[in-house]
Amino acid sequence: MKQEILTVKSNDALTKSVYRLRLEGDLSSFTRPGQFCNIALPGFYLRRPISVCDIEDGVLTLLYKVVGHGTEAMADMMPGTKLDVLCGLGNGYDTEKSGPAPLLLGGGVGIPPLYGLAKALIAEGKQVRAILGFNTAEEIFWADEFRALGADVTVTTADGSAGVKGFVTDAMPDEYTYFYTCGPIPMLRAVYAKTVTSGQFSFEARMGCGFGACMGCSMKTADGGYKRVCREGPVFEKEEIVWES
Amino acid sequence: MGKLNVTLCGIEMDNPVIPASGTFGYGYEFAELYDINCLGTFSFKGTTKEPRYGNPLPRIAECKAGLINAIGLQNPGIDRVISEELPKLKEVFSKPVMANVGGFSVEEYVELCARLDREEQVGWLEVNISCPNVKAGGKSYGMTPEDAAEVTAAVKAVTTKPCIMKLTPNVTDIVSIAKACEDAGADGVSLINTLYGMRIDLKTGRPVIANRMGGYSGPAAFPIALRMVYQVRSAVKIPIVGIGGVSSAEDVVEMMYAGATAVGVGAANCIDPFASKKIIEDLPRVMEKYGIDSLESIIGGAQ
Repeated sequence: MKQEILTVKSNDALTKSVYRLRLEGDLSSFTRPGQFCNIALPGFYLRRPISVCDIEDGVLTLLYKVVGHGTEAMADMMPGTKLDVLCGLGNGYDTEKSGPAPLLLGGGVGIPPLYGLAKALIAEGKQVRAILGFNTAEEIFWADEFRALGADVTVTTADGSAGVKGFVTDAMPDEYTYFYTCGPIPMLRAVYAKTVTSGQFSFEARMGCGFGACMGCSMKTADGGYKRVCREGPVFEKEEIVWES
Repeated sequence: MGKLNVTLCGIEMDNPVIPASGTFGYGYEFAELYDINCLGTFSFKGTTKEPRYGNPLPRIAECKAGLINAIGLQNPGIDRVISEELPKLKEVFSKPVMANVGGFSVEEYVELCARLDREEQVGWLEVNISCPNVKAGGKSYGMTPEDAAEVTAAVKAVTTKPCIMKLTPNVTDIVSIAKACEDAGADGVSLINTLYGMRIDLKTGRPVIANRMGGYSGPAAFPIALRMVYQVRSAVKIPIVGIGGVSSAEDVVEMMYAGATAVGVGAANCIDPFASKKIIEDLPRVMEKYGIDSLESIIGGAQ
């Protein structure tokens, strides 16, 4: 982890509520796809943890959804704004376990970290299949970017207005060597139940600090212990997960 | 340069800044970022007899100026603190550490304090008496002078190192609790623990925190904590660790004028991992600005 001052290069809407924020600065502390950063926002006490979508040519791309006052304020940030950002947080996805044909399953704003992952897997010569789930056609974002990487992309919408009608688990292929997923909890549970291989899940949590100090985001694990989503996570292996009712 | 050192219960500290328990883990997350030997000391994560996961998620809620937490004393338990955490800490922190203990019965406090008292790295014991007393239906030991005195006398009977009782502000009269601790033999008191608070999510109409309520900490606690430190200072002779909303070197100086010998920094560590270090580095500037030659000389100066 490093504390950096990053500069807003651009900040624009992809859909009604999903924005793309591009930041410039020292990004050397990010080492794996699936890590996150924690952004201090003027006027808000806690930082906002946002997963990394992509790092390319010294630019950090974050895709975030406006869900509350903090992200509303983020949507108003102008190019040139300097931000205090904790960089290189969390464990990120492990690409070594993927096998030759990994499956990526993303739902809504759980999709962004899978993009950086897809890029890394494709660079390693793997055949990436991505299933991206949305509620409705007008909420679709970033599917073309996945296609441009060379991934085989299937879009699902809950209302059937585009792609396959239903959820990501309704469009799963029969064969894949491993899977990676990120999305809302009900989707993750469905993926957990339906997948036949091992895989990795990225979790979201309300965090205090984001770097392991406050224990605000600890999750119970299958060995009877616990791990901090911010520190040992946000990516957990399928075998570690305990679903709390 | 002015003198930053203070003596807390007979142990000299290079400066009065103490990252507060629960905001600094067992130190090594921060030691990856900077040399934590710059701290006066720090109070490690509240330790209980058994390992504890704590409360269900979510257990953090943001506030306008601060946060509410309901972690519920997550910690690996005393056995692993002694066998794993303290050896790891030794590699990155060479000063005496403040060992924070939480208990759910007097017997538990006694066992924890007796065991940590024997650990060479431990300088002080900080006894969190804001924990619920299971036998008394969850009412905390820090809520009545009698219960606070009972825990104090019990832990003093089995320890040789200074015992600092950590007080809850969620009481009618914190001064009477502090006096009871002093009378029962406490070497110091630290105050304040978090203030009971809650937030409600307007989208669901339900409390944000799964446990419904939690403890508020952050800058809005500062004037309340300062007032309580000031009142306690006027009533007891034992040293005070002043805690509550401290976010700057100016706050440290103000807390010391009110009567604190050392000053805890809590929530600030959660929003800036370098907060305690920055505060220490800024103290000489603030001292010079206000013509303070020695921090020790201003303790209780506002009385």
